[in-house]
Order: sequence, then structure tokens, then C-alpha cells
Amino acid sequence: MQFRVDKLGVIIAALAAYGALLAPFATFRANRIVAGEARSIGEALPSAWTVVVLLLVTATVVVAVLKTPSRLRLGTAFAAIAALALGIGAAAGHLTPPENAYARVSPASGFWILLFALGLLAADALTRLRPSPLVRVLFLSAVLGFIAAVLTSGTWDGLSLLKEYASRADTFWAEAGKHVTLALGSLAAATIVGIPLGILCHRVARLRDGLLGVLNAIQTIPSIALFGILIAPLGWIAVHVPGAAAIGIRGIGTAPAFVALFLYSLLPVVANTVVGLAGVPREANDAARGIGMTDFQRLVGIEFPLAFPVILTGIRIVLVQNIGLATIAALIGGGGFGVFVFQGVGQTAMDLVLLGAVPTVLLAFTAAIVLDALIETATPNRNRVQSA
Amino acid sequence: MIEIEGITKRYGETTVVRDVSLTIAPRTVTVIVGTSGSGKTTLLRMINRLVEPTSGTIKLDGEDNRSLPDYELRRRIGYAIQGHGLFPHRTVAQNIATVPTLLGWDGARIEAKVTELLTLFQLDPVAFGPRYPHELSGGQQQRVGVARALAAEPKVLLMDEPFGALDPIIRAKAQDDLLAIQKHFETTIVLVTHDMEEAFHLADRIAVMDKGEVVQYATPAEMLVKPATAFVESLIGAGERPFRLLAIETVADAVEPGAAEGEAIASAATQREALSTLLWTGRKALPVIGPDGALIGKVSLDGLVQRAAGPT
Ligand SMILES: Nc1ncnc2c1ncn2[C@@H]1O[C@H](COP(=O)(O)OP(=O)(O)O)[C@@H](O)[C@H]1O
Ligand SMILES: [Mg+2]
Repeated sequence: MQFRVDKLGVIIAALAAYGALLAPFATFRANRIVAGEARSIGEALPSAWTVVVLLLVTATVVVAVLKTPSRLRLGTAFAAIAALALGIGAAAGHLTPPENAYARVSPASGFWILLFALGLLAADALTRLRPSPLVRVLFLSAVLGFIAAVLTSGTWDGLSLLKEYASRADTFWAEAGKHVTLALGSLAAATIVGIPLGILCHRVARLRDGLLGVLNAIQTIPSIALFGILIAPLGWIAVHVPGAAAIGIRGIGTAPAFVALFLYSLLPVVANTVVGLAGVPREANDAARGIGMTDFQRLVGIEFPLAFPVILTGIRIVLVQNIGLATIAALIGGGGFGVFVFQGVGQTAMDLVLLGAVPTVLLAFTAAIVLDALIETATPNRNRVQSA
Repeated sequence: MIEIEGITKRYGETTVVRDVSLTIAPRTVTVIVGTSGSGKTTLLRMINRLVEPTSGTIKLDGEDNRSLPDYELRRRIGYAIQGHGLFPHRTVAQNIATVPTLLGWDGARIEAKVTELLTLFQLDPVAFGPRYPHELSGGQQQRVGVARALAAEPKVLLMDEPFGALDPIIRAKAQDDLLAIQKHFETTIVLVTHDMEEAFHLADRIAVMDKGEVVQYATPAEMLVKPATAFVESLIGAGERPFRLLAIETVADAVEPGAAEGEAIASAATQREALSTLLWTGRKALPVIGPDGALIGKVSLDGLVQRAAGPT
């Protein structure tokens, strides 16, 4: 039997070997802000776990280097990732001295490198399998379900990040709510305003260049500057417009963050609506008019459905972008996961930064996968044009 | 009946259609021909008000076409274009059902109409109804486009180069099918083309356009015998004239008494086909059989040669 070598597999194997054998697996700190001490995988894990993790990593390396079926690669990678996830929980228990509430254990570079290498292998195998949109979403649900199960089981409770969470459980969920509200709310507002604007731009050519130019210019303003620019006018409105302050409009806080995210969101929504509508076949439009559709019937029945996948792509861009940008809202008192990030930076407490950053990344990732699946479902395969 | 009276269309300084007047008899096929850019499409689109004329009026059965909202007018007039213009996100059945749905027909009536039309256009309703346009061949798409235009049983059907995207064999078949359908529904058809062959094949009357003006409006035979201008003559093609003349008449009109040897030709065939057979087989005459298959006489080479001669 002939063995053939997979090029990406070699890189993954090298990364995994480095992460497992040379880089530190976990960091131990006496309390949350002192410098940590590195622990290798052998030191960090109880010996049984060391054996399990190393065996699975070795298996993955072998499977990765050789040209093996995608399903096998995917299965092995996930088994190894699961072992890694449970193992790091075991490391916390193993490294923390009994009765010590201050000591902190967190994953170190070796853990992250291993996770990255295994994730790369899984992602590569998954891409080659070309799963349908539904399967991708099911897969995502399974991964999220696994994370949720591990979290609720208490396996990770000894980890520094979860200790950080435990001491702020209330504010965590409040900020999570604000984060999601900011990201989704500004997206909803941008969709409600942006799609009609896009339709208007499509119909009125002169408006198109002007409006898209302005929106483009807004996109180039750095986000912190945009928040700053908005403080003055919103503050003025709060003071001078009766009732404005009562519904939460103020110079700082959620209002300017919301407005800024909304403004950033407009360009992708408007531009994609314009591009989508422009892509509707000219003959279809001409026929629609010629057989007696009113402008409104043509818009709703022909143009919008045909432009929908492109508009959805704009919404995807905005959602992922907003989930990320909403972190910055914390700088002006807008709340969200950014609160933990900036507090953590201020206190040089890395775990607190991660408490804000990890859920944000997870959220953005989830949104991207779900919307990509939606877009693929909404885009029919009409590319095949047959001739007589 | 379509009465076009003194229609002019200007875009800014340029006059695209200049003072055109035509009367189109009901249940006939009128073909508008001319070179590219001569204003054919613009003239056609003024009939259903996709283009609003600068001056002049158009009446349908005596009624000004501006007497009702444009979209209501268009629902009464069939419209089929080159490249068919089918809606890619709707099935064949949904495409055909578009106008009946706009008109608020009930579901059973729409379904019956779709089935009738698909059958008429030789597309199996069960197999083709649920398909999407991209799953059809070009010829099938074109047929669905015409079926959609006819779904609400319009008295008038406007067609803008409907067969322009088809290859020659499928195009000839589509033209014959169109004539059969026109007889079946007694539709008044106005068709735009730049293909003279197509015009002579389909037309009861031909309108030749040149630089926005109709320079001649006549039956094919009149046009061949008496082209109004040098432009019309060049469009017909001097070398083609005798053959076009024979092509627009049937063998039935050229039957002579007497008998002939060899394989017979049907009286419904064109005289051009008879001539072609005579030349190819090297015979002097062909026996002619009527629609019932009975021998009704002969068609001779000499007879056809006389018929193909122009006025002296
Ligand atoms: N909307 C328009 N605006 C300006 N010029 C037009 C417009 N539509 C057509 N034209 C011009 O009118 C002329 C005739 O066009 P058209 O009726 O499409 O010709 P044809 O169908 O005979 O090729 C062309 O020169 C074309 O450029
Ligand atoms: Mg044209």
C-alpha cells in the first residue's frame, strides 16, 4: 500500500507537535494579576489525561500527514479537540492547590497552538466535504451544544476565565444583552432604512452617486472618532428636544453607539440593494412591464426576489461587522462585551479581556455561519444557461 | 383593428419615429422590418405605451390607448421579446400564469389555461409546468415566452424579434407554430424583425422602416413587384426577388391541367419548393395532389418561370 503525504497536513502536524511538546500547555498564577509560570503538558495534566491527549494528538498527526478520507480527518480532529477541552479543565483542578481561591490556571500558548492546528484540520476536512447549508448549521449547533454542555457541567469552573465570569455573572448577561441589542438593533434599523434608500438610489440615478459617496465617506471615519463626533449633536438634542432625553438619547451611552453602528451599517445595505437590483435581468424587467405589472408589483414580485440573495449578503457583512464594532461602544458608556475588554486592559487582567473577547468572537462566528447558510439557500443555481 | 395616426417620437433633438400612420386589420400578421436603429422597437412599444409618443394617437378597436391606465392596457395586449424575458425565479407554470393572476382569475381557470397553452406549444404540462426557465432549451424558453404573452387571450400580440436568439432550424419551426397559433386564437400580431426572410414567411402585410419613417406598407407580393424606394429594393435583395415571389404563393395557385411522371407534391407547398424539386430532380413537371391526397393536376417548370417573372 502506498502512502501519500498531504501538504497542509504536514504544516498542521508540525504545529501540533510544537504545541504539544515544546510550548507550555497551561499557565499558573498565584493570583489574577501577577505574572504566570508556564507548565508543560506533562506537568499540567494528571498522567492519565496526558496519555489520552497525547495519544489523540499523535493519531491526528498521523491522519493529517497522510492523505486520508475527509470524514476520518474530521472525526479524529474533533475527538482530539474534545479531549483538549476536557483536559484543560482537568489541568485546573490538578494545578490549583486545595482550598486556594486566588490561584489562577489558564490555557497557555501550547494549548492555543494545538487548538488552532486541530481546528485548521477540522475546517479543511469540513470544506472538502462540501456540506449542505443545513448540515453546516447542524454542525454549528452541535459544537455550540458541546461548549454549553462542558460549561454547565462545571468541568471548566476551575479555569481562570470562568472564575472571572463567576465573580461577574450578573453583569456578564446584562452586557451580553446590551451587546446583542446594539448589534441587532442597529442592523434592523439599517435594514429598514437602507433597503428603501437602495431602491430609491436604483430608480433615481442622480441620488445614487451622491448618497453612496456620503455613506462611503462615513465608512472611512474611524469608529472611535465617529463616536466622538456624535457626542456633541446627540448631547444637544438631549438638551433641546423635549422628550429626547426621556427615551434615552444622550451624548454618551447607548444612543451614540447605536447611531454610529447604524451609520456604518447603511453603506453595505444600501450598496448591496443597489447592486442586487441592478443585477436583475433587463429582459425580465422589460417583460414585467410589458405584460402589465405596476411598478410596485414589479418591485415586490420580480426585482426584490431576484435581488434578495445580494441584499442578504449585505446584511451578513453588517451583522458580523456590528458584533465586532459593538465592543467599542463600551468606550462611551454604551455597554456590551467591550466593558470587560476595556476594564481588563485597564487592570492588565488578561482573563477579563478574554471574558469580553471570546463571546464576541463566538457570536460573530455563529452569525457568519448561519447567514452564509441562509444566503446559499436563497441563491438558486440559475447559472446554467442552455442554448437551443 | 389597430389605427396608428401620425405617431412621432423624439428623444431630445433626435426624431426616432417620424409621423407614422398605419392601419392594421384584425386577425392579420403585420411585420415591421428595417435596419437596426430604424425605430421598429420604439414604434412597437408605443402601441402598448412602454414608450409614450411625442405626438399622434394610437387606437385599438376605435378606442384611444390612453383611455385607461397603462398597466391595464398592457394586460390586454400580449408582449413577447427576444431572449423571452422569463422570470428566472418562477416556474414555467407560474410564468405563464402571470397575467391571469394579475387579472384575478380563479385558480382552476388559471390552471386550465396553463395546461391548454403548454399542450398547444407541445410541452408536456406535467413535465414542464414545475420546471424553472434555466432548465429549458432556448427553443422551449421562447415558446413559454409566447405562451405567457397569450395567457390572458389578448386580441393583439406584440412581438419584438421573438425568434432572434434561435438557431435557423428551430426558428423555422417556431415561425410555423406561430402561424398555427395565430389561426387558432385569431390574434392580431405585430412583429418586429430585421430578417427579411422571416418577414416574407410570416406577414400578411409588411411595413418597412427607414430612419424612423415607414417607407412602404404593403402585402409581400405588392412589395416584391413594386418596391416603393431603392431602400426597400435593396432590403428585399434584387437577386432574391423571383424566389421570394414564388415563396409567398402555394402550388395550388399554379396548378395546370394534365399529368406528370414521378413523385407528387402537395398543393399546400410553396411554389418555391416546387421549383426547387423540379430543378433538383431534372423533371419538367410534377404531379400535384390536393389536401385529400387526390391528383388534381401538374405544376410545370415553364409555368413557374412565368410566374417568377417581374412586371415588364
Ligand atoms: N430611451 C431612448 N433614449 C434615447 N434614444 C433612444 C431611446 N430608445 C431608442 N433610442 C434611439 O432610437 C433609435 C431607434 O431605436 P429602436 O426603436 O430601438 O430601433 P430598432 O428597434 O429599429 O433597432 C436608435 O437610434 C436608438 O438609439
Ligand atoms: Mg429593436
